[in-house]
Amino acid sequence: MDSVSTGVSIKPYARPPKGSQPPSLYEPYRATKKRAPLKPLIVLPHTLSEITGPIFGHERVGEKDNDLTCQHAEEPIGERIIVSGRVLDSNGRPVPNALIEIWQANAGGRYRHVRDQHPAPLDPNFSGAGRTMTDEQGAYRFITIKPGAYPWFNHYNAWRPAHVHFSVFGNAFITRLVTQMYFPGDPLFAYDPIFQSIPDERARERLISKFDLETTQPQWAKGFKFDIVLRGPEATPFEKS
Amino acid sequence: MKKADTDMIPTPSQTVGPFFAIELTTEEHCVKCVAGPETPGKRVWITFRVLDGDGVPVNDAMLETWQADSNGKYKHPDDVQPKELNQGKLDQRWLGFGRVATGEDGNCVLETIQPGRVAQQAPHLMIAVFARGMLKALYTRVYFAGDPANDEDSVLRLVPAERRETLLAHSDPARPGYWSFDIRLQGDYETVFFDV
Repeated sequence: MDSVSTGVSIKPYARPPKGSQPPSLYEPYRATKKRAPLKPLIVLPHTLSEITGPIFGHERVGEKDNDLTCQHAEEPIGERIIVSGRVLDSNGRPVPNALIEIWQANAGGRYRHVRDQHPAPLDPNFSGAGRTMTDEQGAYRFITIKPGAYPWFNHYNAWRPAHVHFSVFGNAFITRLVTQMYFPGDPLFAYDPIFQSIPDERARERLISKFDLETTQPQWAKGFKFDIVLRGPEATPFEKS
Repeated sequence: MKKADTDMIPTPSQTVGPFFAIELTTEEHCVKCVAGPETPGKRVWITFRVLDGDGVPVNDAMLETWQADSNGKYKHPDDVQPKELNQGKLDQRWLGFGRVATGEDGNCVLETIQPGRVAQQAPHLMIAVFARGMLKALYTRVYFAGDPANDEDSVLRLVPAERRETLLAHSDPARPGYWSFDIRLQGDYETVFFDV
């Protein structure tokens, strides 16, 4: 690909491998049909605008914002879990000071959102939203409860596998990632068009957290590991094997 | 030397879904105003309208924006241009980042300052569009119609001439500083999106 001439030299970011990202149009997920572009995207060589991005300070995150179980007078109902992991780039380097925002349904599969009409109870002790920043090693940790699966209207008898939404900022505007973390062994994977939209199975498996005994706290909460890999700078030709 | 790259496949994107507002666009986490009152530059209000393939307003989209300051400098260590942030001295809180959610009419308004030229590029904002029904974000750019620098912008030149219009915000002659920009996700006047 030719570079566009803007007068400054740029170290571009690597493009994700083919099949590792979902397409915009995926007919089994009905809502994509009218919201996916049908004209070809213009391949853009990176300029300063793509390789820079917002760098948030710690002021955006409160001390207890990563604990979704202590935001109310009492504890929420549900299975207490600890979700932890690292944010890395595709070269394996940790991404420190990355802002992570999460949101999720309660244990009954209901979001605290006016448009969620699923007839499961709201939990007065659960808002279902939190945030944190990665440390110098790219590590993060949340305490929350396991969300419930819930029905939706995509097709007859459609159910979303239990998931936690993750929003992550890396070093550049184009490394921005919004995704969903799932739980191991969910029988709904096979029927979920959102999960199945990713062609490459190995990429899909990135979204499934792993049960982890080491971070499990005895008599208190199960641990799940979820590492997040953002696009990293392109390897120089010399580093490529 | 390097291990098989399969270990380091980037995490795939998934849709932001219909309920992101409980975290991403709460009053506290929205950034409807990119520039504080002390930020130097020409102040602009950009009304975005997001439409689907039937021309129906998309009432559950989130837009994130990223831009340089009025001096054409990003607040980021990888901006190697030999110039200073204009904001640096006056507005310590300047980031250049915006985040807005569309309302029932598919509209949202961003208040900011017009960015300067970054290297040889014409003034522009980067936009990432997120919504239910979108498995991954779409990236586009907002340029300002009538800016003479647009003619020599190397990114605009990559776009077929007949589609460049979709990347131009238009000013409201009756209200100085007010601009509008439509994001058509699909259809005849589909906005140009970039594979970044």
